[in-house]
Amino acid sequence: MIYLDNSATTSPYPEVLESFRKVSESYYGNPSSIHQFGGEAEKLLHKATKQAANLLKVDSSELIFTSGGTESNNLAIKGIALQHQNRGRHIITTQIEHPSVLEACQALESHGFDVTYLSVDAEGKIDMEQLKNEIRDDTILISVMHVNNELGTIQPIKQIADIVIKHPKLFFHVDHVQGLGKISLDFTHPGIHLCSMSSHKIHGLKGTGLLYIQSGTTLSPLLHGGGQQSSTRPGTENLAGIVAMVKAMRLTFEKQKHGYGHLIKLSDIIRNLLQKDDRIMINTPRDGAPHILNISVPKFKPEVVIHALGKKNIFISTKSACSSKHSDESAVLAACGLGMERTHYGLRISLSYQNTEEEVRQFCKEFKEVLDELNEVMR
Amino acid sequence: MQYDHILIRYGELSLKGKNKKQFISQLKKNVKQKLREFPDIHIIRARDRMYIKLNGQDHEPIIEKCREVFGIQSVNLALRVENSLDKIKEGALFALNEAGNAKTFKITTKRPNKSFDVPSQEMNQVLGGHLLSNTEGITVDVRNPDVEIRVEIRNDATYIMAGKIPASGGLPVGTTGKTLLLLSGGIDSPVAGYLAMKRGVKVEAIHFHSPPYTSERAKQKVLDLAKSLTKYGHEIRVHIVPFTELQQKIFREIPEGYGMTVMRRQMLKVSERLAKQEGILSLTTGESLGQVASQTMESMNAINEVTNYPIIRPLVAMDKVDIIDISRKIGTYETSIQPYEDCCTIFVPKQPKTRPSREKIHQFEDPVDFSEDIDKILRNIETITFTEHEQQSDDFGDLL
Repeated sequence: MIYLDNSATTSPYPEVLESFRKVSESYYGNPSSIHQFGGEAEKLLHKATKQAANLLKVDSSELIFTSGGTESNNLAIKGIALQHQNRGRHIITTQIEHPSVLEACQALESHGFDVTYLSVDAEGKIDMEQLKNEIRDDTILISVMHVNNELGTIQPIKQIADIVIKHPKLFFHVDHVQGLGKISLDFTHPGIHLCSMSSHKIHGLKGTGLLYIQSGTTLSPLLHGGGQQSSTRPGTENLAGIVAMVKAMRLTFEKQKHGYGHLIKLSDIIRNLLQKDDRIMINTPRDGAPHILNISVPKFKPEVVIHALGKKNIFISTKSACSSKHSDESAVLAACGLGMERTHYGLRISLSYQNTEEEVRQFCKEFKEVLDELNEVMR
Repeated sequence: MQYDHILIRYGELSLKGKNKKQFISQLKKNVKQKLREFPDIHIIRARDRMYIKLNGQDHEPIIEKCREVFGIQSVNLALRVENSLDKIKEGALFALNEAGNAKTFKITTKRPNKSFDVPSQEMNQVLGGHLLSNTEGITVDVRNPDVEIRVEIRNDATYIMAGKIPASGGLPVGTTGKTLLLLSGGIDSPVAGYLAMKRGVKVEAIHFHSPPYTSERAKQKVLDLAKSLTKYGHEIRVHIVPFTELQQKIFREIPEGYGMTVMRRQMLKVSERLAKQEGILSLTTGESLGQVASQTMESMNAINEVTNYPIIRPLVAMDKVDIIDISRKIGTYETSIQPYEDCCTIFVPKQPKTRPSREKIHQFEDPVDFSEDIDKILRNIETITFTEHEQQSDDFGDLL
């Protein structure tokens, strides 16, 4: 099998699965129970939180574990909106955010919030001048993703954060789900107040995510309950999932140190091999993240290509898995102003540190063969 | 060119006459201990300062660590050049460029080495001229400069530095004896320990543990607090006192309103006995006047009666908010506010006497003999030693 759909999800590391199993088996006590068995679980929870904090260079008290990227995004956006609506009810985001950001914003619109969706250029980048002009007195939140899930475009997070610190009433949320462990983000920047992360995108398990909340930033919880995690996200902590996520973070960060060049190399190989084929158009900008490559093959229905590759045990995706069951058109590519021949025929190849040079060469070869075969039928 | 030394300035200890030598050698020991994870550096001790030769080590983590060592007033990045005018000029220019956005500067030359033939005043002018002609848009301002470049021409070499980073001050831990800190799990006592250490005192801690009325977690919390104090004094021993039986006896024998006062008195007695046994000459508590019932003037008078050991109370005149500020700064606050019962909160009577008198206390306490209980307690104390660099072991293995 050649798995090149790592931005949808990744295979859990065996060490991570082992930790998950061991924790579920031996530390199933409730961290809130006052007996010693609960105490052990609580100690492990503290240690895991501390390790995550060290990896991200933040304080333990600034991290909240959630059920995943979708919850982290919802908690950040709705939590800030609810808590600070007296200051203002205007939110700025972009047209190419993940559905969990876009839909959360739309839900707030139905409650009377005003949302500005920034447009992007052909490479998926926002315009900083436009962003500056859209900030109003009643703007309380800016939410911009670090790495786009379909296109791999990297947004200028630091520049946005530099602008945000000049507006003391403004919060900045970064959706870092696709960036974690691949494209570094400076969490110590005072202009970044909230940041979402997900475990299963970095070889952890589904059902666990993180939200960084800068100390001093207050938000309203979405859930109410037994006071866990400073009541920001109550509910018995998913200790096994948390330990698994933190371990996956450690392993991924270690791989990032040496493996980043490897990703660039793989990405370059695919780019160069596919570029030679004039049926294929490459959408991901040169300076995008090296683990995501978005291409369009006009006239070839993406679904058909995916299934043809699937028969050969090769897995890539159309647009993001979260939106691929809806209409044919990629909203992200459409927002970039690309023509119909691109927006309806987008495919995404996404890599992890585990992929090999051999795999990607094999993929390119088989991909072209698939196109040749389909070509005959489709004409 | 790059900064190759860190200069350490002593705090008060330059005032301490005959003891100075001993103070400095203790400080060097403490600095060395603190920086032991950097084997490449070299610490050079001079009469009125210390140098750390970096030997290629990154200076930032070292400076951060030095700022936690008591007895250091300030630290500086320094460039060591040979005593030649050209090298000094070059070094001064480097220091100015490194200072970032400075628009104005001032040069201060000191020349303890009188064999260097350009006098200080003249050096200031020569170097100032050199910097002005090699930079653009930067001017001299002797009153209020953005950066002061200090040039010290000494016998061995010339040291050039800019900017000064303040450190903790105080006296080197280990120069003013040892104290026994009564460590509860609260906010105050770790701060009291920290402040005692700041005055050069080596701290050992005593904690009263009353299982099952107090939990393992409450004990762990105290151990965590002790562990976080090692940052400022390297090693801390914690004596865990099994206090349950004595506490139950107080509960049985003493009228409710006086129970707490008597308990405090017994704690001091146990502490004094342990101190004597360990050769420690004082006790330290986190008491702050008027904060709770046991910290009124009458209570302190009644409690203090049982010992003639000096009791150091660094917080006695401090406001709670200021204590909390320090506890946040030294990193004990988050641990302190974890909600576990300690032995002081568990047997608290509904209405403790806030103005107990010595006479009343004697009336109730004298008929009860606690001496055997105290002997037994002392035989059963558990002592745990923490050091800064040692990781606390747990059973979590490679889970993370």
